[in-house]
Order: sequence, then structure tokens, then C-alpha cells
Amino acid sequence: MRRVASVYLPHWSTDRLRRKTAKSPPDGGDTLSPTIPLVTAIPDHGRRIVAAVDAGARALGITPGMTITKARSFAPELAVVDAQPDADVDGLRRIALWAGQRYSPIVAPDAPDGLWLDITGCASLFSTEAALLKDLHRRIAAFGVAVQIAVADTAGCAHAVARHVPAGRPVTIEPGDHRKAIALLPIAALRLEAGIVEGLRKLGFERIEQLIGTPRGPLAKRFGRTLHRRLDQALGFAPEPIEPIFPEHLPRARRGFMEPIATPEAFARVIGDLVADAVDQLGRVGKGARRLDCYFHRVDGQTQVIRVGTAAPSRDPKHLSKLLAAKIETVEPGLGIEAMTLVVSLIEPMAARQGESLESLGKRGPDLAALVDALANRFGGRNVHRMMPQASAMPERSAATAPALDTARDAGWDDDLPRPARMLARPEPIEVIALLPDDAPRLFVWRGKRFRVTQGDGPERLHGEWWRDGGVEGEQPFAVRDYYQVETMSGGRYWLFRAGDGENPSTGSMRWFIHGAFA
Amino acid sequence: MRESVVLQNLRAQIAQIEGAGARHAVVPFGIDAIDQRLPGGGLATGALHEVAGSPDLADDASATIFLAGILARIDGPVFWCLRWRDLFAPALHLAGLRADRVIYVEAGSDANVMLAMEECLRHPGLGGVVGEIGKYSTTASKRLQLAAEGSGVAAFVFRRASKVEQSVEGTAAMTRWRITASPSEDLGIPSLGRPRWQIALERVRGGNPHAWIVEGCDATGRLGLSSALVDRPAAAEDRQVAA
Repeated sequence: MRRVASVYLPHWSTDRLRRKTAKSPPDGGDTLSPTIPLVTAIPDHGRRIVAAVDAGARALGITPGMTITKARSFAPELAVVDAQPDADVDGLRRIALWAGQRYSPIVAPDAPDGLWLDITGCASLFSTEAALLKDLHRRIAAFGVAVQIAVADTAGCAHAVARHVPAGRPVTIEPGDHRKAIALLPIAALRLEAGIVEGLRKLGFERIEQLIGTPRGPLAKRFGRTLHRRLDQALGFAPEPIEPIFPEHLPRARRGFMEPIATPEAFARVIGDLVADAVDQLGRVGKGARRLDCYFHRVDGQTQVIRVGTAAPSRDPKHLSKLLAAKIETVEPGLGIEAMTLVVSLIEPMAARQGESLESLGKRGPDLAALVDALANRFGGRNVHRMMPQASAMPERSAATAPALDTARDAGWDDDLPRPARMLARPEPIEVIALLPDDAPRLFVWRGKRFRVTQGDGPERLHGEWWRDGGVEGEQPFAVRDYYQVETMSGGRYWLFRAGDGENPSTGSMRWFIHGAFA
Repeated sequence: MRESVVLQNLRAQIAQIEGAGARHAVVPFGIDAIDQRLPGGGLATGALHEVAGSPDLADDASATIFLAGILARIDGPVFWCLRWRDLFAPALHLAGLRADRVIYVEAGSDANVMLAMEECLRHPGLGGVVGEIGKYSTTASKRLQLAAEGSGVAAFVFRRASKVEQSVEGTAAMTRWRITASPSEDLGIPSLGRPRWQIALERVRGGNPHAWIVEGCDATGRLGLSSALVDRPAAAEDRQVAA
């Protein structure tokens, strides 16, 4: 299922100017104060008219198209700057390239004031789609740019919702709901010329809902084909491709085909060619690939992409082709692929290496990078990792994940502290019979089963990290846990603890928990 | 005497036909009583081994450390494929399997764990590959066994929370073990001695099942056989012969 996010930057021109002058004030020292309304102006038949307004100016009733003279009558203090449409588009392009690195390989600027992101299949990088959108929203807002985001199955729907549903957070139209979502929006949300919108309004059409239920023939005759093309795009009946942009300096290779291809074998062969080209370019600039994006351009105009990452820079054509080939099955060729583009979207310096001598061939260590890449691309980069020691008083935080190829850190935990082999994700409450304040339990009941304890050792007293705001300590800054190792009748060994020191209620609830099992 | 020589030759021939054990090194436990029961005198690398605990979490924990101890004594990086993260790395460290040697793969499901294992087993030079799964088929065990033979990497399937009756299914694994906790020696003071496990060799290709009671891994991954326990396996053996 395709998922498209539309990013709307309602005050892009003015936000960009404010941001620019804040960073490098012009020679006159005249920075644009956030309290003074700001508009940009363009010449029009010998007078100047408003091109873009900021939030302050809009609140005063100033709208694009108004003459500057009239605008000044609303707000005498109005700041007016000449519009720079080229710089606006250029800035949009830069944001698109940034988003392309971070969120999705298919990103394009949507001039004059928006972005397209095809986030199909990209959500897993942020665990959920909502998390991805939240991150995108937060980061763009942090640039000082007003932003509205919507995501839907079709580009048209996302575009309409982003611009016509003012919400302080990203709006998600659930898969399949795009028809319902746009039905109530005004006709103008369909990206039509002003003349068509005006004409439809005169006929009594206000909302898209009315348009969906009306016979098409008469309307098409009067308003042309654009109207229903836009409607179909929003409803998902007509394709609306997003043509992705790439940074100029990155190595890339492209192959167009005389006849569309559609079989995995053909893709694999082309990938081999493309990778060979890209590796050649990488070798010349002394870089290695960290991430590859392979675009499949379908005959119906849609673009699909597979993205693979490597854990260490690589220029090994065999390895890179293999990573890409493993993902071919996710490509839906439809009626066929007419061109393929490979872009090395993340590069890192990589020194030239001497070819292997005959002796070294036999006793080389295993190629961990290749294996880790293969696993990471199949199961997700975060799911292939090492566990490294982390200084923490609480046992569940004493092991932290680290990148799979990271071996730089000194590895090791205390050798004399007993730690369980299996740890429960969160401690489970148990019923116990124990003597206060510090005897090991004699009997405990866990998951409805009674365990009679024959021997025990403890307590090992752990104090919570009172400086933390979250976790256990968030609720109880003086948390104490007394840990006991106990052995049951059958010989099984468990790790139990009592929340609290057994005397002072402020250190814990005195309830007992099981936290894991020993060997 | 003659008979045993014939038998030995036959066993060698079968091993050669099966293509396992003969080509790759073995990892001895360092305890004669166990090693002499295993063809080649130890656990064969380049082969699949099955290890199970029981539905009891403590038994699964014992099986975990049993595996960690074996892997601690093999050189090379170890891939540990999990369904979810309930393994606690510091405990592996205590059994001699250092953190910088293990890479974890959280695959999410049994099918994915097996995919990850197979991918790992195609890479020669690893120390070992562990996959924690609930259920798997005979066919899957054959695939993993073939992959392990090809690369010479020791492969371990750890059947989590496995009930005893589950072990009747066929398998292509070289050995099948069941590890359960056993009461340890009473020290007479409120403290715990070295843990004890019952390790049962339920199935071994080219050998007979057997069970021992051992002391758990030390800091280098070695099992112990205390003098107090030496007699008990012998008694168990007698029972088995009688049966």
C-alpha cells in the first residue's frame, strides 16, 4: 500500500527570510523582528503587489495579490522585502534533499510551498508511521518554519488535508479512508485553477462530496479534463507519480530499457550492472557506500524504491549487489519497469585497499560486515546488535545495545556479581512468605505455581538512580531493591527482589517481584 | 575384540557417508565421562545440535549457560538469534562468553530465527550460531544441518520452553540435549554453592543416550564433575543397561 506524506509550509517565503536574516543580518543591520508583520513583494504592471505573507500579516487581513499600498493601510509598520522566488525554490529543494537523507528515498519539492514524501515502507525506520511524521514535524518546526503535514494513500488526498485541515500535529488518514477524508473538504482542495473553482461555486458545488456524486459528462464539457483528473488522483483512480530528486554530487547510474522488464532475474542482472558503474565512480573519489537506493521507474509513471544500508563503507560489487537482490521481491513491477536508477545516497571515505595475496586468502577472518548487512537489511538495523556494559545501578539498564560492528568499547561486567541468564522484560509481582527485614523468602508463588525455597543468598541492595526523571525513580526517587538468589526444591534458581529496604516505606512498596532465572 | 573392530570400522564408514563429524573439529567438554559417549570425543562443529530446557524458566536459564559455556570454548564470533530480548548478556559474560564476541539478532518469529540462522551458517569462520525457537520441523533441521556441514560452523537450536514429549519428533541434528536444574550441595550456611544441572543426552548420531549430573559452568565455560557426583552417573548407566 502506497503512503504519501504532503508537507505544507504555509509561510515558507517569509519564514525563510526571517531565518536567513536572523543567521546573517544584512549590512544595514536590519533584522526582521518577529513582532512586525512581514510580506514579500513582486512588481506587477508598474506597481508592487503582495506575493507572500507571514502569520502576523495574515491575521491583519493582508492577502497575497493585494497592492503594497493597500497592505500598508492595514499595518503602517509592515516590513516589505522583495520576493526571491528562485531562492524559495532552492531552499525547498534543500529541505527535500535533507528529508530524502533522513526519511524516505522518494522526496520531491512541491513548489511553491510544500514537499512530497513517498513514505511507503519507510515507517519501520522509526518503528511507526506516527513516529516518523512526528519527527519530521518536530524537526521542520525547529527550523523556525510553520508546517502542516498529512499522510494518506494518495498524493492528492494528503495534499488537500495538509492544506485544509489546520492541526498542530501531523494528520494521518488511515489506509483506505482517503475518500471519506476528502469528501467534506472544499472544492479548492483539489488543486484546480481559480477559474474552475469559481465556476463550480456558481453552480452550487462547495464540497468535493458533491462532485463525486455528480455525472461527469456535463462537468467535463464545461471545465475540461483537469477537474476529473485531479479528482481521480485524490481518490486513487489515476496515478500521480512523485519524481524524486537526488543530490548532484552523489554517484549514480541509470539504465533505460527498450522493452519494459518485469522478472526478478532481469532486475538482478541490471542491478549487477548498475552496482558495477557506481562502484567504479566510488573508487575514483575514494569513498565507500553506506547506503544504496535503487529506483524502479514503472511504465505507468510510478516509482518504487529499495533501500539497503551497510554497516561499514563498502565498494564490493558482489556484496552490494547481493544486498539489493535480496530485496527485489518487494518490488511490484506492474506492467513493467522501463528504467532503473541506482543512487549511492550515503558515502563515506574509504581508503584504497591492496588486493589480497595468495597467503592471506586462506586464513582470513570471517567477513562480518557482509553478514551483518545481510541480516540488518532483512530484520532491521536495530535488531542486529551487540550488548555492551552501561554504567547503571539498575540491572535492567546495565546492558545496552550497541552497533553490531562496534567493538571499540572495553567489554565486561563485574565478574563477581551474580546475574541471571534470563531476565523478565519487567519484574512480575509474586506472593512470598519471608521473614522481615532481610531473610530470603521461604516460599513464593509465581504464575500460579508454588516454589518452595531450599537455599537462598542475599540481599544485594541496589539503590535507584535518584537523579533520573523517568523509570522507577521517576515515581520513587529513593527506590531501593533488595535482591535475593534463591534455589527451589527442584534446583531451579531465581532472582527475586523486594521493593524497599523492609523498614522505610519511602524506599518502596515492600512488595516482592521476580526478575529472572539463573543457571 | 574382533567384533568391536568391525563395529568401529562400520561406524567410521557410516560417518564418512553421512559426511559429518569426520571433516570438522570437535569441542570436548573436558570431562571424560561425557566425551567418550560422543563420537569423535566431543561436540562436532559443522553440525547441528539441539538443546532444550523445559517450560520452567530456571531450566531454560541453565540451558542458556550450558550453550554459553560451549561457545566460550570455541574461537570466533557468535551469532545468537532470538525471538525477543529476554537474554541477559552479563550472565553470558560470567560463563566466559565475552560481550565483544556475541552479535544478537532479534528476528521476531520462529521462521525468521531459522532464516537468520541459515544466513549465518553460510558464513565460514564463525564460532557458532544459536537460534532460539519454539517449534521447528524435521525439514528445517535438515536444512540447518546441511548449512552447518557446508561452512563448518557449530549450530545450536535452542528449543525454548520445550516439553519432554516434544522431543519424540524426528530431527537431523547430530545430538539432542535436555538441561534441567538439579538441587545443589547444601553448604550449611545461608549461601548458594555452584549450581548443578542434569544434562541428558537424549539422542546422538552414532552413540547411545545418557544422562549426567554436573556442576554448572565456571568462568571459562567448563563444566565440573565433583567427586561426590562421580558415582551417580555410573549408577544411572547400570540402570540403563538393565533396562
